[in-house]
Amino acid sequence: MGTKTQIAALPGWYSLDGEPHLIGSRCIACRSYYFPKRTTACRNPACGSDTLEAVSLSRTGKLWSFTDACYQPPEPFLAPDPFVPFAIAAVELEHERMVVLGQVVSGVDVGQLRLGMTMELVVEPLFADEATESLVWKWRPV
Amino acid sequence: MSAREIAILGVGMHPWGKWGRNFVEYGLVAARAALADAGIDWRKIQFVSGAATIRCGYPGYVAGATFAQALGWQGAQVNTSYAACASGSQALAAARSKILSGECEVALVIGADTTPKGFLAPQKGERPDDPDWVRFRLGITNPAYFGLYARRRMGLYGDTQEDFARVKVKNADHGFSNPNARYRKRFSMEDVAASAMVANPLRLMDICATSDGAAALIVSSLDFARRHGRGDAVRIAAISTVTPTFASEVLEMPDLATDSAVAAAAHRFRAALPRKAYEEAGIGPEDVHVAEVYDLSTALELDWYEDLQFCARGDAAGLLRAGVTRLGGRLPVNASGGLACFGEAVPAQALAQVCELAWQLRGTAGARQVEGAKVGITANQGLFGHGSSVIVKK
Repeated sequence: MGTKTQIAALPGWYSLDGEPHLIGSRCIACRSYYFPKRTTACRNPACGSDTLEAVSLSRTGKLWSFTDACYQPPEPFLAPDPFVPFAIAAVELEHERMVVLGQVVSGVDVGQLRLGMTMELVVEPLFADEATESLVWKWRPV
Repeated sequence: MSAREIAILGVGMHPWGKWGRNFVEYGLVAARAALADAGIDWRKIQFVSGAATIRCGYPGYVAGATFAQALGWQGAQVNTSYAACASGSQALAAARSKILSGECEVALVIGADTTPKGFLAPQKGERPDDPDWVRFRLGITNPAYFGLYARRRMGLYGDTQEDFARVKVKNADHGFSNPNARYRKRFSMEDVAASAMVANPLRLMDICATSDGAAALIVSSLDFARRHGRGDAVRIAAISTVTPTFASEVLEMPDLATDSAVAAAAHRFRAALPRKAYEEAGIGPEDVHVAEVYDLSTALELDWYEDLQFCARGDAAGLLRAGVTRLGGRLPVNASGGLACFGEAVPAQALAQVCELAWQLRGTAGARQVEGAKVGITANQGLFGHGSSVIVKK
């Protein structure tokens, strides 16, 4: 990754360590999880708690579905020139009982994906300029 | 039930297309067509219920007043609704509430839009606390969600890309003779297969375009209809605009994640919309003769068959292959040609669905007429927990 400074494209949404994870939240009353994280007001209508704690979400899950972006998305997407198509995955986290969307790592296309396969969270550049690489979470087949 | 019904006295549309003119022009054409169809003088309209457009500046945010002014201020009550793709239905629901509460007897409901080229995109600015902005930052457009739903059907139920193409071919056949449709061209399975991949497994011809267009309704109390010699007018028997119920089972636009189903059962939003409409009208799916559903993608039309309870979950492609949902079949879906032939004009689209049902139930739909149609249902869904289902009956 050279000498560029690496920063989070969405600060506070995920960690950038060796085993990156999404930062979500969990209601201390009903145990419902949230991503992106919430600091107050559990959305479970049967709960109504205002106390949520930040938690690391599971780093692996099962592929719920997948697709790709064959055409360059509009802004605020910052596309490399030339645009490189990328795959998109929705991954079901078993423990949290929720599905989380994200890009698939570069170099993996839909032909290498199938429903139910295990996917792992990593961080990769979303866009870059001369000095910095802005990282985002992506899903990678295990 | 009839105490909660209202009459549709008039319907009108401006043809869908990419005309590039101001949305108010389209709305005027649709409103005047609906007024003429109803035989009601504009000055008799007591309430103008507009569906907002968010891409046409301030006049779009206050669409009800914009159209009222364009038609000539005449002192009517006014309201504007915004509910993404369900804006038209919410405007219709506002009119029904006024009518049923006795605050007015006759209303104009109207939506019109002028759309930009290409992908629908969020408004400018940096808004990392707006999920709609974040998903676009990640490059996740509307077709990506449609692609996810389509792929899941293939994985769970064995649907194929040919099944999705069949939906396009069917709807193109239906819309071929519809003077209000933007695309009036028949397509073959090969044409669909040859179109460019957009969001695998969906190709360009599986995904609806965005269009300019306008639709308008004149609705009234049943008493008003009878007094004006229109006691036989088709009626609106139900308008469902319910929200989702926590926890979400399906990843919905523009969310990056579903709700967690740790503490609450997962619910399917799309299925909740017609369920409430059936309950309100006191009928069931077996009573429906014709349906207009939101085919943002070909595969999504198949999801709707199941959410409307036309068949068991996973059986929609079978219904399609058997010809049940094409004109001449037992339960034609998107006789108008659907979004496949129209493209989406957001604030007008839910009203266009009701216009089509009105023509079908009156028996004036011409070459696309569903013989003997007496009960019709619409289904639509947009962003941020908005959607609608309207039941029209003879």
